[in-house]
Amino acid sequence: MTEVRDWIDNVVKTNDVVLFMKGTPEQPQCGFSGRVTQMLDYLQVPYSGVNVLESDMLRQGIKEYSDWPTVPQLYIKGEFIGGCDIVTEMFQSGELKDTITEQGLVAEGA
Amino acid sequence: MSLGQIGQRITQKLTEAFSPAELNVIDESHKHAGHVGARPEGETHFKVVIVSEAFQGKSRIEQHRLINQVLAEELAERVHALSISANAAT
Repeated sequence: MTEVRDWIDNVVKTNDVVLFMKGTPEQPQCGFSGRVTQMLDYLQVPYSGVNVLESDMLRQGIKEYSDWPTVPQLYIKGEFIGGCDIVTEMFQSGELKDTITEQGLVAEGA
Repeated sequence: MSLGQIGQRITQKLTEAFSPAELNVIDESHKHAGHVGARPEGETHFKVVIVSEAFQGKSRIEQHRLINQVLAEELAERVHALSISANAAT
């Protein structure tokens, strides 16, 4: 599992916003993953989507990496933000937008 | 809709762990019929609304972690999705 862990760690640390999800941002395979992509799209923040359905090792690895039992999982600047419920709460309260703005991650012209 | 066996177990475990001021366990499996992780026998998707003093001073991630730990068994064997709304008692 070390290799998967290292791979995940690298992805999380080298991308500003990463969403581990079921399916892709263009074609989510799960309602919860889809909801998070919609919120990120709405905020016009560029992000990378990692499809955990592509590999069982990845699907298991991401749960162990964050000690979090479910997918989707959102990471901003290397920090685990939460799953669909937490992201939704933060979106509704405006915290998600604030976080993204503070980190200077808003898309050009947005 | 009344809860099945898993839903009752979730309710019991959360009650024992957090002595919640408010607890509502909702079986939303019917909304996900045919989706990934759904089973014909149901009880795969739950929503939990919980208010407890145990969450005082804890971040959202910490609150969710506490709940996930208590329900680790159910999440591993049967429950595909657990939607959580946790609040410290007001």
